[in-house]
Amino acid sequence: MSSITPADVEVGAKGGGEGAPRQPGRVSFGGLSLNLRSSGIYIAFALIVVLFSVLTDGALLTPQNISNIIVQNSYVLILAIGMILVIIAGHIDLSVGSVVAVTGALSAVLMVNMGMPWPLALLITLVAGAVIGAWQGYWIAYFGIPAFIVTLAGMLLFRALTLTVLGNQGIGPFPDQVRTLANGFTNGYIGNIGLGPLGGADLFSLLIGIVAIAGMVVSQWRSRTARKGYGQSVEPMALFVLKLLAGAALILFLVVQLARFKNLPWVLVLLALLVLGYSLMANRTVFGRQIYAIGGNLQAAVMSGVKVKSVVFWIFVNMGVLSAIAGIIFAGRLNQAGPTAGNSFELDAIAAAFIGGAAVQGGVGKVVGAITGGLIMAVINNGMSLIGSPSERVMLVKGIVLLAAVAFDVWTKRRGGVSR
Amino acid sequence: MTEHILRMSGITKTFPGVKALQDVNLSVRQGEIHAICGENGAGKSTLMKVLSGVYPYGEYDGEITFEGKRCEFGGIRDSEHAGIVIIHQELALSPQLSIAENIFLGNERAKRGLIDWNRTNYEAAELMKRVGLRENPTTPISDIGVGKQQLVEIAKALSKRVKLLILDEPTAALNDDDSAHLLDLLRELRDEGITCVIISHKLNEVTAISDAVTIIRDGRTIETLDMATDHVTEDRIIAGMVGRALDNRYPPHEPTIGEEALRIEDWTVYSPSQPDRKVVDGASLTLRRGEIVGLAGLMGAGRTELAMSVFGRTYGVHISGKIFKNGKPIEIRNVQDAITHGIAYATEDRKRYGLNLIEDIKRNISAAGLKGLAKRGWVNENQEFRVAEQFHQSMNIKAPSVDSIVGKLSGGNQQKVVLSKWILTEPDVLILDEPTRGIDVGAKYEIYTIINRLADEGKAVLVISSELPELLGLCDRIYTLSEGRITGEVPRREATQESLMHLMTKGQE
Repeated sequence: MSSITPADVEVGAKGGGEGAPRQPGRVSFGGLSLNLRSSGIYIAFALIVVLFSVLTDGALLTPQNISNIIVQNSYVLILAIGMILVIIAGHIDLSVGSVVAVTGALSAVLMVNMGMPWPLALLITLVAGAVIGAWQGYWIAYFGIPAFIVTLAGMLLFRALTLTVLGNQGIGPFPDQVRTLANGFTNGYIGNIGLGPLGGADLFSLLIGIVAIAGMVVSQWRSRTARKGYGQSVEPMALFVLKLLAGAALILFLVVQLARFKNLPWVLVLLALLVLGYSLMANRTVFGRQIYAIGGNLQAAVMSGVKVKSVVFWIFVNMGVLSAIAGIIFAGRLNQAGPTAGNSFELDAIAAAFIGGAAVQGGVGKVVGAITGGLIMAVINNGMSLIGSPSERVMLVKGIVLLAAVAFDVWTKRRGGVSR
Repeated sequence: MTEHILRMSGITKTFPGVKALQDVNLSVRQGEIHAICGENGAGKSTLMKVLSGVYPYGEYDGEITFEGKRCEFGGIRDSEHAGIVIIHQELALSPQLSIAENIFLGNERAKRGLIDWNRTNYEAAELMKRVGLRENPTTPISDIGVGKQQLVEIAKALSKRVKLLILDEPTAALNDDDSAHLLDLLRELRDEGITCVIISHKLNEVTAISDAVTIIRDGRTIETLDMATDHVTEDRIIAGMVGRALDNRYPPHEPTIGEEALRIEDWTVYSPSQPDRKVVDGASLTLRRGEIVGLAGLMGAGRTELAMSVFGRTYGVHISGKIFKNGKPIEIRNVQDAITHGIAYATEDRKRYGLNLIEDIKRNISAAGLKGLAKRGWVNENQEFRVAEQFHQSMNIKAPSVDSIVGKLSGGNQQKVVLSKWILTEPDVLILDEPTRGIDVGAKYEIYTIINRLADEGKAVLVISSELPELLGLCDRIYTLSEGRITGEVPRREATQESLMHLMTKGQE
């Protein structure tokens, strides 16, 4: 028999055809190749920081200003973490601003009016956030109403509830511990250290920074070794080291600047823990994977045995809890729970997620991306106010940035040729 | 010798990094039916996209001459204006609009900006008569079957005064009756002077209907055969498509049949959209370990509905009947139950129900069996990679790595990803719904080999297929389904296409 099996021939004949899908949006220079679609956002962030440092004569990156940017935007960044999960699953949450208001008001009533011990009050507020999320999650996941409608209703409902609780006035002041969490800094537990020309800096903050860098290096190295052990391709050593150095330099710069000002803001510590925890959850847990599966192809997820309803329900419960955390921090920072708290926060959180690379149809997005998206908006806000731009111009620029980010995403996807 | 209505010469189309078409030539004579054959990914669709202006002039090299004039189409509107209309495999109809509205979509019969409904419906009725579609012009598209929707597409093309009609896999989703009707219609249109180009995988149709065949392989024209002068058979076309004689389309297989794995008894399912209509009616079947069982039935017989209702009640309402696994009665309320009981279902519609196209190969493979790769909810990503890499090799998935995006793979390789996904759940029973639909000949052989291997591993396999030769070549035993009822159970050696077709068309007593 001289015939060959079809399988053998196809392998040879197909070379360069379908066997090698194109790599869209990829640029390479000097042997290093870079996926524009996934890393474009970080490059853009770096460029924006550089731009405003120049425009503000370095005022953007002064110790106090960095601290301000983090503290002033922490609640939107916390919301963005929950929002990116909602958006990856193909939903949206318009109610988070109102939930921030109502949970802030609840915590104020419990702590200020009723004099409840603050840890208990915080716990009750978080549970209330979960209940609100469960309420919305029920209608979305089990009743089948689009999230847009349910959370639009929620936006009205919870604002109404806030106004009912507060009347037309704020409640305050909050206990010191809560204010410290929202607005304060870690103690200078082990004193200061001289940094030569940079002046004195808090030793504890610096140590935390060094521990963070060490943790990053060790975990990256171990993951790389493990990947190699399983025969996976890893990036070239030079690029790996370069990335680690860049990450370490970034953390070091941030920590040194903060340490020179007033130590680490507590919200930064909280935010770092949340980002780390949620990134791991999204990538490494079955639950996280199922969120991507649902957003990528709902019907395929159903047919693969994903409990879609339950996953969507818990995503919204999670969003409720994160909104409650943001609500407490926002109220604590202002030292008062007000009826207009959280106005339009939902839009900032949604914009952060989309600027950070989430896909409009769902299935794509990263927690770190959403945080970066939020920081881009924060730096634009802060930088433009430093150079004295009027607020309408800030709004204009933010709108253009949002549109440009999503346009870029759509463009790279079209060039990639992956149809849905 | 009739003149050529269309000449495409030296067409080269390059995507970044890939030459999809290389110096392709195509000449179509006035008033003929011209078939284009080639494996999936050979470049047929790309060529048609060049012709219809989807890839505008300037994005490709080469020359197109239509009716003696050089053409430089800037878009679909230009090509339609010239009289070239393409009907894609996935129909582009708006389900909520009426037949008449769809026919004149983008080409509305209007007076001073207002739709002239009388004229719309009247002209639609005329066109529908021409294509043999007996329906009311005001019926919504969603109320008619795929076969009739195909006719609406052709009526739509006729409304645009088409001279050259291009049909991409027109019968892929049609049953035999509808296909036959469509082919008759194409002959009639040819006699009216409309030239047709059809792209088809169904070689029996190609040999039956076309006047000439152009074979494309790996982005190049291999040959053009004239049906009248050359002696063209299916095997001759296949030889051109794959570049060699194909003397065995089905790998040989000696089954080792074991114990009963799954028994379905008196299974009845009602349609969710018409809850008084039985889609599956008292069906009973038995699957044994190591055996490949076929399920034959015409479109609409209830094959997929039967499979999906068994697989975690993903289709149908008021489902009744019993399921026994290894002789013990089991209850399957949802997909998770089905997976737990070792049942897997690979869908007929990979893109809709089978894959997350924007995700990579490894995450698609792990989608259904993720819990097996996880400890206390945490996925072992290295293990996931290792498992995916094993499938990458054992299933011969053609992709640079398991990090490749599934949406960019060819149909055959996507199907291998779907099969890998289900094999990872370690099922005892695999239900494969149209496992080779839209897959080229070479990849089909590979899929058959995989199916044989699964049976040899002691799994029970149920194959649902529209292609009778496939069932005859692959299965040890074949059930026939007609109007929701099992009408026959035939061992392979007793089955012929004729005997199966007889059972498949058996009506209610």
